[in-house]
Amino acid sequence: MTPAEILGAAMLGALVLYALLGGADYGGGIWDLLASGPRAREQRALVERAIGPIWEANHVWLVLVVVVLFTGFPAAFAAISTRLFVPLTLLLLGIVLRGAAFTFRTYDTPRDEVQRRWGLVFSGSSLLAPMMLGVVVGTIASGGRGSFSAFSLLTGLFAAGLFAFLAAAYLAVEAEGELREDFRRRAIAAGAAVFLLAAATAAASAREAPLVFRGLTGRAFSLPLHLATGAAALLAFAALFRRRVRLARLAAAAQVALIVVGWGASQHPFLVVPDLTLESASAPRNVQVLLAWALGAGAVVVFPCLYLLFRVFKGERPFSAIDRARDGP
Amino acid sequence: MDDLLWARWLFGTSLAFHIVFAAVGVAMPLMMVVAEWRWRRTGDPAWGEVARRWAKGTAILFAVGAVSGTVISFELGLLWPAFMRFAGAIIGMPFSLEGFAFFTEAIFLGIYLYGWERVSPRLHLASGLAVALSGAASAFFVTLANGWMNRPSGFAMAAGLAREVDPLAAMFSPGWAEQVLHVLLSCYAATGFAVAGIHAFFLRREPANRFHLRALSAALAVGGAAALLQPLSGDFSARLVAREQPVKLAALEGQFATERGAPLRIGGLPDAEARRTRWALEIPHGLSLLAFHDPGAEVKGLEAFPRDEWPDPVKVHLAFQVMVGAGTAMALVALWGLALAWRRREVPAGRRYLLAVVLCAPLGFAALEAGWLVTEWGRQPFAVQGVLRTAESVTTVRGLAAPFWLFTALYLFLGAVTAALLWRQILHAPRGEEVPR
Ligand code: HDD
Ligand code: HEM
Ligand code: HEM
Repeated sequence: MTPAEILGAAMLGALVLYALLGGADYGGGIWDLLASGPRAREQRALVERAIGPIWEANHVWLVLVVVVLFTGFPAAFAAISTRLFVPLTLLLLGIVLRGAAFTFRTYDTPRDEVQRRWGLVFSGSSLLAPMMLGVVVGTIASGGRGSFSAFSLLTGLFAAGLFAFLAAAYLAVEAEGELREDFRRRAIAAGAAVFLLAAATAAASAREAPLVFRGLTGRAFSLPLHLATGAAALLAFAALFRRRVRLARLAAAAQVALIVVGWGASQHPFLVVPDLTLESASAPRNVQVLLAWALGAGAVVVFPCLYLLFRVFKGERPFSAIDRARDGP
Repeated sequence: MDDLLWARWLFGTSLAFHIVFAAVGVAMPLMMVVAEWRWRRTGDPAWGEVARRWAKGTAILFAVGAVSGTVISFELGLLWPAFMRFAGAIIGMPFSLEGFAFFTEAIFLGIYLYGWERVSPRLHLASGLAVALSGAASAFFVTLANGWMNRPSGFAMAAGLAREVDPLAAMFSPGWAEQVLHVLLSCYAATGFAVAGIHAFFLRREPANRFHLRALSAALAVGGAAALLQPLSGDFSARLVAREQPVKLAALEGQFATERGAPLRIGGLPDAEARRTRWALEIPHGLSLLAFHDPGAEVKGLEAFPRDEWPDPVKVHLAFQVMVGAGTAMALVALWGLALAWRRREVPAGRRYLLAVVLCAPLGFAALEAGWLVTEWGRQPFAVQGVLRTAESVTTVRGLAAPFWLFTALYLFLGAVTAALLWRQILHAPRGEEVPR
């Protein structure tokens, strides 16, 4: 692998983690927005408890992608920032309001109308941010210059749906009793929505983003990747129906990870379609080599710390896929 | 206004906003750790109360700091893509390392804030310490990047492109240590004095309140120590500027003519047309002495440089006066406090002294903002001193007034809510009889 490929893989890996962790935090916000039924209040409380200690750490994955991009591939960073000015600005708006409103709600008075007002800002921006993230990805992948095409907007909806699905699957593990049932049902509904949105996005790509469509269909790895993604999705559904929530969480995470990897693979070797590749946007080689080493060293520090964080707040087996009896409702 | 100006305003506003929260994010964890450590050592629950309440305030400030910092990292590209295309590879390294400091900071802050009842006292205190260290590390790395813009190194120019990039040499450009020291001290001084001022205000109403006494002593210890060292560090910075950015020094001091034995000007208003600085109190040979430690040294004036490479001497000189004035006042108050503490062997809490601390509360942040303006305005018209102009760095996207107003409104909103929430927390601070014993 060339240093450029190593850095590209590292960015893709960071994006996968951002989707799995930060994405689920956005999804939690979406469930705050959609909280309903007799347990709406408990649903919101669970979301708040689940993301409170971890969202700031999860958010750093995105910052990491940005700095690696501008250090390792400055030309791509400049091109993306210029071409996607509007959706990136709206993304920032969503990021700022989400984080700020979440924190303000936690520390503002517990009076109902105050809490509801912050909740609305928090959950609305939790929807805006993933939508814009999806638009950005869709535009980069399709080689668009202006922003909002039907394809990029569908990608935005798809991203929001995917994060909501993921969050519901995670929350089902963290909830108990009736509340678990709420999120289990929500995960199934969101999973179905994701399926429809995926189909619509693929159809739109055939018309508006031929490069993506070709990447999705015509490459050697396309079929196995689609099969694996589909298998993960089916497993997630099956596990949800059978109330094996930990297994469902793992399958949902695998599905999301595969989708992000699939996007990266389908546009390889382009960083920005259609003109900037990993090679052509590269910083000098010695810079990339040093950066790769720095990332390696950083990973050695960060991963154990992250494990500690999840261990403290998500229980003894933070990532386990095995449903034990006492996990059950 | 043209788009270049809107871009400068937007970027400057974003940084001026972020830096407040960033400075708090550097210094507050240290103060929390001091308070918690005193609590665990002495068992005095008033210390525990201080640590917990400070932690609550820090949680709000930290969140706003994190999101506003994210805005800046994107704005580097949104507003200055040409700068980033040129400089990304050269100074990306400190930004990337800063990314890891953000990770450890956010992780351990989560454990600290939400883990009071979940983790052992040891791990809790250690997490606080990790937050304090990571905060300092973020400031360290980002200052290295800024230092390179002032004193570019680690590359060679060929046909408008950077060649032979050496990221490590760029990261540690000449004078990095002076600048990092000054920036770190400024975070502790500004935050320490602001917090001390709040507790001093309440102590004037309720002199025996043990909660406020403890809080004041920790805040004054951190803020005062930094404020005492700051003029010394400022002298290092000034000599660095004299050596590396003579045109910035000339603007800083309102020095138009090149002269030997240049005077130090206190106050005054530079007049770029008349090429002199009016109404200043002049101390003969002062500038030569301070900048080069030699009363007869030659100081280059603005006239020694092409007119189109001058920063605006009015803005730079005035901002510099604000910083040095505030810094001097804080150092004197810190010295006074040290003398009082020395004599009485306790936190200085007399009414007159408390009043002085209250009056100093806003000065640290005023100096911090003014100092950054000195650095950034003093480097204009260059984004990278002598290499790349700000006008060449700006984006080709038009209509930047819209994002400027959008983000300005956002910052005003966030600032107002943050202030209101903190104010309410402060009003709920324990009264004398409520302080646990
Ligand atoms: C609490 C804040 C604070 C205080 C009390 C002072 N400063 Fe400062 N100063 C800063 C906060 C600051 C800063 C915001 O941190 C700057 C901006 C960029 C930098 O490196 O530090 C700065 C920059 C800065 C520079 C420009 C460095 C450059 O452009 O590279 C000089 C020459 C000084 N300072 C000198 C002083 C002196 C002589 C002080 C005497 C009391 C002083 N500062 C107090
Ligand atoms: C002027 C000097 C600066 C200092 C001293 C500083 C320091 C800090 C500190 C201590 C934090 C974390 C604490 C908090 O949130 O309060 C922070 C957050 C952040 N800063 Fe800055 N910063 C500066 C400028 C910048 C610049 C120029 C950028 C652009 C790249 C930036 C990007 C960020 C980001 C992305 C975060 C959020 C990290 C997270 O998600 O936790 N900062 N900064
Ligand atoms: C809080 C502290 C800071 C403030 C208040 C500040 C303010 C400003 C202002 C006002 C400008 C526009 C120049 C002008 O209008 O004359 C500017 C430019 C800039 N500053 Fe800072 N700045 C700060 C810290 C930093 C740091 C820490 C970095 C980077 C590490 C940085 C990077 C830049 C860049 C990249 C530009 C634009 C350069 C260009 O023109 O391409 N600034 N800053």
